[in-house]
Amino acid sequence: MAKYGIWFRMKCKVANPSSSSCEPFVFSSENEAKIPEILSRYPPSRQVSAVLPLFELAQRQCGGWLPPSAIETVTAMLGMSLVRGYEVATFYTLFNLKPIGKYHIQVCGTPPCMLRGSEELLTTCKRSLGIDCGETTKDGQFTLNEVECLSACVNAPVIQINETYYENLTEESLQDLLEELAAC
Amino acid sequence: MPKLSIDGQEIIVPEGMTVLQAATLLGIEIPVFCYHPKLSIAGNCRMCLVEMEDHPKPVASCAMPACEGAVVHTTTPSVKKARQSILEFLLINHPLDCPICDQGGECDLQDISVAYGRDASRYALNKRIVPDKEFGPLIETAMNRCIQCTRCVRFATEIAGVPELGAIGRGESMEIATYLEKTITSELSGNLIDVCPVGALMSKPYSSQARPWELSHTPSIDVQDAVGSAIRLDTRGAEVMRVLPRQNDDVNEAWISDKARFSYDGLKYQRLDQPYIRNKNGTLVLASWEKAFEVIADHFRPLKGHQIAALVGDLVEAEAMVALKDLMEALGSPHIDCRQDGAKIEANPRCSYLFNTTIAGIERADFCLLMGTNPRWEAPLINARLRKAYLATALPVATIGLPHDLGYPVASFGNDPFIVEKILKGRHPLSTALKEANYPMMIIGQGVLRREDGAALLQVARKIAEKYEVVHHKPSTGHWNGFNVLHTAASRVGGLDLGLTPGPKGYATHEILKAASAGKLKAVYLLGVDEIDLSPLESTFVIYQGHHGDRGASMADVILPGAAYTEKSGTYVNTEGRIQRSLQALCPPGEAQEDWRILRALSTTLGIPLPYNTLEEVRLRLVAVNALFEETDTVQNALWMPFGEEGKISSDPFENIIESFYMTDSISRHSVTMAQCRQDNVTRETAHARNA
Ligand code: SF4
Ligand code: FES
Ligand code: FES
Repeated sequence: MAKYGIWFRMKCKVANPSSSSCEPFVFSSENEAKIPEILSRYPPSRQVSAVLPLFELAQRQCGGWLPPSAIETVTAMLGMSLVRGYEVATFYTLFNLKPIGKYHIQVCGTPPCMLRGSEELLTTCKRSLGIDCGETTKDGQFTLNEVECLSACVNAPVIQINETYYENLTEESLQDLLEELAAC
Repeated sequence: MPKLSIDGQEIIVPEGMTVLQAATLLGIEIPVFCYHPKLSIAGNCRMCLVEMEDHPKPVASCAMPACEGAVVHTTTPSVKKARQSILEFLLINHPLDCPICDQGGECDLQDISVAYGRDASRYALNKRIVPDKEFGPLIETAMNRCIQCTRCVRFATEIAGVPELGAIGRGESMEIATYLEKTITSELSGNLIDVCPVGALMSKPYSSQARPWELSHTPSIDVQDAVGSAIRLDTRGAEVMRVLPRQNDDVNEAWISDKARFSYDGLKYQRLDQPYIRNKNGTLVLASWEKAFEVIADHFRPLKGHQIAALVGDLVEAEAMVALKDLMEALGSPHIDCRQDGAKIEANPRCSYLFNTTIAGIERADFCLLMGTNPRWEAPLINARLRKAYLATALPVATIGLPHDLGYPVASFGNDPFIVEKILKGRHPLSTALKEANYPMMIIGQGVLRREDGAALLQVARKIAEKYEVVHHKPSTGHWNGFNVLHTAASRVGGLDLGLTPGPKGYATHEILKAASAGKLKAVYLLGVDEIDLSPLESTFVIYQGHHGDRGASMADVILPGAAYTEKSGTYVNTEGRIQRSLQALCPPGEAQEDWRILRALSTTLGIPLPYNTLEEVRLRLVAVNALFEETDTVQNALWMPFGEEGKISSDPFENIIESFYMTDSISRHSVTMAQCRQDNVTRETAHARNA
């Protein structure tokens, strides 16, 4: 590409109405029961703040991702407009807007980790899994993403896989880890 | 009131003002992108950084309250450097496509870069690419150019009341988008183009049509509803290239409706540019002015005054109306009516047909009752004011009539006209609401006045207003008039002010039509009448004077080509009773003439010359007929007097008076852009219905 960068304009695809009219999302009775407590954490005039914990609850119920139907249900529940909910869901890397694999690998790419070799870790992941950031392996085992600081910089470089932190990683230890996960 | 100093100049400002506003008062320019005087403060672009003593870092002046003793500097090297750096950051991802960008020449980013930026970029990597969005037939997007100021998001959420736009993603991947790529559904969407400081959101119809420096600007008044929005006509050669709002805080603030902004292409199609007369075979043939006038004169000669009638349409300016009134008087005809839709409203007293609260006054109201009206379609800017009041003071709004989504919560009390009587008798929850409010207002739509029982309903409404002190003068709250009639025709209030209603023994619109079909009337003069069913005039001699070959012209035996609102200087009175003047931007096409001139010329051929030869003289005549026309641009309070008529109220529900917002008059009906909007709306609604 040219030295000074190039740009061009792309036309977006026409909206696909079926994407919003799929099965409506409903909280399971178990999760439904947790909602009053979540809402009670916020003052009556600030109930929309519950959007974060509710999205998280919905994401857990959906197996790690937040489908549009769940955004629609939660925003309707809180009386906020759809696009406001969508803004929140796209702002936080915590929320996955596409289905993810069994193992969600989140590589920290912020400077402390970067200085300690996170770029190499990312390359290792890409090479050994054969996918790029934001992608999922064909067998549905792994999803790879780069994220910002995971707040464990003392032991940089850090990778989060599902809800576990792996710290002080090297290319080799990461390779072993990935193989181990692939085997089970 | 804090006192602060900016660049060595001292100023005392009202509490709550920001440093930026204080600087503006002093005439000190601070560049901004995200700040917009009519939107909430976001403080996200950092262009307005200034130095403040006792603050370790530069501060965003748009979000910094002006506080006592503050010492602000806007010209120090650190401010200069901050501005350069901000611009450099903004330009990292901004394409340098000014030569092909419609905003070029009137772009904030361009201007500010020239004034405050570095001379060259140090960035040598790839720029980001953002897919363009599909925002419907009015707005063209080039999202690479977006600088994420979020003005558009705030406009949609705050002013338009359609929270459909959002900032999706974060950091470098942040984009302006709608949820699942839905289009924007607002009658005010065109204003997004104005609020966008760069060329990311642009006008689709104006796309690649002109450069701003080629255009001449003429201040004018919008005639497509009765709000009287201040507009600016940008013309090149003999064509209107675009229509923009002018700021008028009393009326439209900084906004205009999409119809006002985009229907101008309707001025190009189906125009009447030659006089026509209908020959013996019933076809319309071209004629000269003299010939056309002669045909009329020949026809009028054997007629008595009471065999002639005149009707006035919705887009007519006061000058033409007064000329028509004088002509009819000279002919001895009492049959004249400016209420082509048959609205049951009289020319007296003035308070009975005005939006007395005034548009700005809405912000003082603490309760609003809508009757048979959909302000979102009938007057989008009044609806925007109601929404503004709702946001500021949580104004409770209730409606009787068809329920509509107005962009703010509205309590719907059903669509039963008897409720109005119940309110008067104190047997309805709304009675209490009106009684308890300090500044109650009611807005009566044409959907009420057009009914057979319109006069009776109007009277009940007046009694409600009196009983519940909707109109009052109290020591605690001062003078308040909450009784409002919402008009939809730009000419209506002017017509009523000039008394274009039937004289003694005169016929009103429906009687004129009836008498014509019964053969009692021999000639009918239509001045821009296009909105009603004219088939009863089949066998009558019809003169149509107007600018479009629409319903009226197709009925005519003689067509006199007039000027559209862009082609004449005119006086219009808006629904508040505000008298406003527009200037001529273009010449009428072909042989067409300014309307009052046509009437003046015709009067000579008829042998009853009207006593004015220049626009100034016509305007003096306006003042002679009604002294109110002396003072323009202000609203004069109308004295409260009894009005209305005793009558029986029918149980028929209120109806919609507008079928489609985008097509309400002869101009918008011929606009391709408006047709696209309408189509778009229909498609969206069917898709919506299918999904639901
Ligand atoms: S599209 Fe325009 S108004 Fe909206 S955020 Fe981008 S630059 Fe600002
Ligand atoms: S930078 Fe990687 S955890 Fe903080
Ligand atoms: S104008 Fe102050 S931060 Fe944008």
